[in-house]
Amino acid sequence: MAEGMVGASRSGQWVAHFLLVIGVIVVAFPIYYVTIASTHPIQTILRPPLPLLPGDAGLANYAEAIGGGVGRIGGVGVGRLLWNTTLVAVSVAVGKIVISIASAYAIVFFRFPLRMVFFWLIFITLMLPVEVRILPTYKVMVDLRLIDTYAGLILPLIASATATLLFRQFFMTIPNELLEAARVDGAGPWRFFRDILLPLSATNIAALFVITFIYGWTQYLWPLLVTNSNSMNTIIIALRKMISFADADTPWNLVMVTCVFAILPPILVVVLMQRWFVKGLVETEK
Amino acid sequence: MTRGPILTAALLIGTAAAIPAEAKTDISWWHAMTGANAEVVTKIANDFNASQEDYEVVPVFKGTYPETLNAGIAAFRAKQAPDIMQVFDVGTGVMMAAEGAIKPVADVLDDAGMTFDKSQYLPGIVAYYSKPDGTMLSFPYNSSSPILYYNKDIFEKAGLDVNAPPKTWTEVWDMARKIKASGAAPCGYTSTWLTWIHLENFAAWNDVPYATNENGLAGSEAELEINAPIYVNHFQALADLAKDGTFKYGGRTSEAKQIFLAGECGIFTESSGGLGDIVKSGMNYGIGQLPYDSDAEGAPQNTIPGGASLWVFGGKSDETYKGVAAFFDYLSQTDVQEYLHQTSGYLPVTMAAYEATKESGFYEKNPGRETPILQMMGKEPTANSKGVRLVNLPQIRDIENEEFEKMLAGQQTAQQALDNAVERGNAAIQSALGQ
Amino acid sequence: MNRATFPHRLLPYLLVAPQLAISLVFFYWPAAQALRQSTQREDPFGLATQFVGLANFRAVLSDPAWLNALRVTVVFSAWTAFLSMAIALLLATQAEKLIRGKDVYRTLLIWPYAVATAIAGMLWLFLFNPSFGTLAWPLRQIGIRWDPLLNGTQAMGLVIAAAAWKQISYNFLFFVAGLQAIPKSLLEAAAIDGAGGARRFWTITFPLLAPTTFFLLVVNTVYALFDTFGIIHAVTGGGPGRATETLVYKVYNDGFVNLQLGSSAAQSVILMAIVIALTAIQFRYIERRVHYG
Repeated sequence: MAEGMVGASRSGQWVAHFLLVIGVIVVAFPIYYVTIASTHPIQTILRPPLPLLPGDAGLANYAEAIGGGVGRIGGVGVGRLLWNTTLVAVSVAVGKIVISIASAYAIVFFRFPLRMVFFWLIFITLMLPVEVRILPTYKVMVDLRLIDTYAGLILPLIASATATLLFRQFFMTIPNELLEAARVDGAGPWRFFRDILLPLSATNIAALFVITFIYGWTQYLWPLLVTNSNSMNTIIIALRKMISFADADTPWNLVMVTCVFAILPPILVVVLMQRWFVKGLVETEK
Repeated sequence: MTRGPILTAALLIGTAAAIPAEAKTDISWWHAMTGANAEVVTKIANDFNASQEDYEVVPVFKGTYPETLNAGIAAFRAKQAPDIMQVFDVGTGVMMAAEGAIKPVADVLDDAGMTFDKSQYLPGIVAYYSKPDGTMLSFPYNSSSPILYYNKDIFEKAGLDVNAPPKTWTEVWDMARKIKASGAAPCGYTSTWLTWIHLENFAAWNDVPYATNENGLAGSEAELEINAPIYVNHFQALADLAKDGTFKYGGRTSEAKQIFLAGECGIFTESSGGLGDIVKSGMNYGIGQLPYDSDAEGAPQNTIPGGASLWVFGGKSDETYKGVAAFFDYLSQTDVQEYLHQTSGYLPVTMAAYEATKESGFYEKNPGRETPILQMMGKEPTANSKGVRLVNLPQIRDIENEEFEKMLAGQQTAQQALDNAVERGNAAIQSALGQ
Repeated sequence: MNRATFPHRLLPYLLVAPQLAISLVFFYWPAAQALRQSTQREDPFGLATQFVGLANFRAVLSDPAWLNALRVTVVFSAWTAFLSMAIALLLATQAEKLIRGKDVYRTLLIWPYAVATAIAGMLWLFLFNPSFGTLAWPLRQIGIRWDPLLNGTQAMGLVIAAAAWKQISYNFLFFVAGLQAIPKSLLEAAAIDGAGGARRFWTITFPLLAPTTFFLLVVNTVYALFDTFGIIHAVTGGGPGRATETLVYKVYNDGFVNLQLGSSAAQSVILMAIVIALTAIQFRYIERRVHYG
């Protein structure tokens, strides 16, 4: 790093490390905790407080969960759950990016009647979460025969004010000269988009992919409502299905394992893609 | 790697899952069972499907009890209602009010040419799910009753007789104080579901009215009567014990079970359906009847069921109803009921299943399991003990819980809490009735 | 701002069409249904419907429980947005100071972002449940009477902590990105002029972060208002009393659990109006003051 050493005194470094370590402990502890819990037998989990070190039932728990334990309770096995969730998350991410980049492109690089009306129409959808409009939205799904289909799971989650907003912010930072030069070269809207804008947006797209993938992965109430068949379950729903604070005896050891399965893939996506993810954000925020 | 899922997703969008043509009639069954109880649902459906050729019961989990009820209602409004839906006890009033939406189970069975003999069923349970004229509206699936659990190790440490659980609430308070004072455990007593156990069942068990009009069973115009002195004294005792932690509040529903499992409290009241977790935890526990109020005449009377029943939606084909009737017939079979009762901890629905379980020696091996049945069958139900049926019981419970929480936090007395609950509850009932 | 554009009549409409179509079908049409429902009194099954005009709105606005939810929402959202942004900014500025190890911290700090709110709620419940929570025990040891089941302030603290926790990662990444975009020469020049660390932060870094902060303010407010539903649902259920019942939770509870459809619909309409107004204000008065490159 060739930057200047502003604020990089020796004591400043120690303070920074100290604060960051505290931050990491606060942030990572709940996730560490559930991972530890997944290695303990059910008796230990049922008799809190839980030890903070791994137990010896890890292998047994994971083997049981993968070898049909989850399927017995949730109706379908871990593999199917992960596949459904991945499919939903990836489709939501790709769909969101495609329609958001298109609408942001129109709003920033074209002047047309009702432009700002459209922008507001899109932006306001940010404010109408599924919980608030659940009954009428469900009716729409039934009318369109989308209950129990992947399309029904995915389509309503695709509209994205956040992604449109982010692309808009980024497009607004593209210098006018770039577009003028492209026009002088005789480039039309499509060529400008493909040859200049898209490559420039690559990191933004990567960043948005992460954000929207996570969004799709973590949905709960919507998948619960529009799916009837067990084979359409996402892992979050299956997890909920296993948990009962009420009458049933809950297989807590399997719950903890499923919890780890539900948390791990999105964490991997975030961690593995963080380079592009962060770079995308930097470029948006210039 | 990423290409596969994207392509598949693109292909799948727009092609709604094709339903293979089958000769069998599908019967959809929406339920709210989780954990081990969900396994029971799957097994029963599979066994029924294997037992005959014509019908296929398809169980679908639809979330918690309120979520399932709401999903069913949303589906009904969209003309996509399931055939059978599991509705929790407090949703009974809601379903009953919707006469055009449901088909009484008695009619379903009659139309299919099956005679429905009420005397074969456990009276307390069937009464709860019937109209005042005796027509059974829904099929009891999972019924439970509140009982008392206690930690024998803690009893021993506190110098209490490990084979003599408390019988009255006064005894509970005394033993709880002893447990706390002796240091055997940091807390004496805790309970799940204050509304269900300490109000609805308290009323039935002590034979005092919960609301006018036979607790709402004789007519929907009902006014709460839960601020009578017997309730006030009971809750003031709880509030006083809460001050030094002798009574510990765990939450509005079943959360307190964890407190008991953690060995923090010696005595615990909870649904009989909660036994599974307690057995699994390996605790040295004992079981007793739900305590009663020694000041109440005629106590103990009988407890009322919690849990859920199966409702049948209206407007389905005759073939579907025949299938539903066949399924309910299968459900009432003694061996199915025996399996349900012995695996899940819920009560059997038929007398025959109860007798068979008794003969098999199950209760000798599992002593606590008969307690809830005896509690419910002990006496012929009175006007106060058939149950509570209000159009908006879930909302009333919310109001009661809010007032209890303020009381237990020391912000108001039991008298104030119950007066407020009555006043707010009555207003809510009036508003729900559309007045 | 004068932006160079393409002259085209049809193309822009085609480009916004998919986004708009989905918004109309899955947002506006249902919202219109909610609007219609808010003027009706209806039984849950839709068997009997009655037009009641604005009666539902009058009832909601005069309901002390609704006003309480409004107050709870303001407190909850303000604290959640403030806490998660402040902690994230603190950590981001510390990370920016580091000579090495920055990437390691970043990797460790972004985990919670990937956790579903429903699961986040569950995790915090495991940790802080007064009886069996692993972290509730030390709290009691240091003399705090930890009982969020009955103590409204503690319950509020718990849901705010859980909600803010989940959002720290997101804010952290955006602040790191924003900080990296600030020209180091500017800070060095200020340092040479003798400006101390705190002064450099408040006079240079913080104002230059304004676009990031503004964006995050919008995102965090929306997050606190809506996406935290799963956390409140799992951790407190709106209790004790109604101490943590936010407007969205009340919409859900009245409509979904208590089946008062008209009142619930009226509440969502009011909620939409509030949020639209808030957004308009934010855009009008805040966006003007932030610097775009």
